[in-house]
Amino acid sequence: MALQNSTVIGRGESLLATNKLIRNTYLMLSMTLVFSAVMAGVSMAMHLPPMVSLIAMFGSMGLIWFVLPRTAQSSMGLVTVFAITGLMGLGLGPTINYYLHLQGGDQIVLTALGGTGAIFLGLSAYALISRRDFSFMGGFLMIGMVVVLLAMVGNLFFHLPALSMALSAAVILLMSGFILYDTGRMIHGGVDNYLVMTVSLYLSIFNIFVSLLNILGASRD
Amino acid sequence: MDWMKILSAVLIVAMLVFLWPRAAQMMRESRKGSQSEWLNVILILVVVVGFVALLMHFVRG
Repeated sequence: MALQNSTVIGRGESLLATNKLIRNTYLMLSMTLVFSAVMAGVSMAMHLPPMVSLIAMFGSMGLIWFVLPRTAQSSMGLVTVFAITGLMGLGLGPTINYYLHLQGGDQIVLTALGGTGAIFLGLSAYALISRRDFSFMGGFLMIGMVVVLLAMVGNLFFHLPALSMALSAAVILLMSGFILYDTGRMIHGGVDNYLVMTVSLYLSIFNIFVSLLNILGASRD
Repeated sequence: MDWMKILSAVLIVAMLVFLWPRAAQMMRESRKGSQSEWLNVILILVVVVGFVALLMHFVRG
């Protein structure tokens, strides 16, 4: 009986910890998305050059690789996450400005924004409601990312529009997979740090948005 | 603009360098999914593809 009680208490505590992780992650994600949007707005208003996107990407990747792992368990982790998402938002400004200057650009940007929101909310809701374990996808997703990155390096120099479209489509599918995988990890206890989860989900949303912009912009042409 | 391409390539290669050990580890440690689990994921991704196609149709007008 005592063993049964301790098992029930243990499960209750685990469920509370999972709910707290999910709540904190989504709260932090919503705040960082708003902050990122504000930074993108500032970047657009200042008409920053495309070079800023590249510098911001270098900065944010540096923070993700070298600073976040060291600060994720402390209050400095919060600052790091806002710095990462702020830089990425700043880097997004020139890209959005480019699409806004196309014919029907405002429709492209708004559709990409709405589409990204719908994909993220739909996949997250599915993973949260079904409570399925998507941990089996980990290896496949990482190898998929490696293949896509290699193809991206090639396309930087060859500039094949069809390959660019195919890569954007592949990124949307991979990031959709990452949303399922990460949400599953939160539910099934594969991770316990909400800052790391926030950055992971933010990167998926960011990449879906940029890829949707590319696909919708190309389909408009 | 060529130096921007080169810098972008450097960034992507750096991503690959950082990603590779984690990818290899996840390949080794990930559990194998059953056929029904993979079918379920494929079905979800087909819905995403359909949704993106719908958005493209919408933008084309």
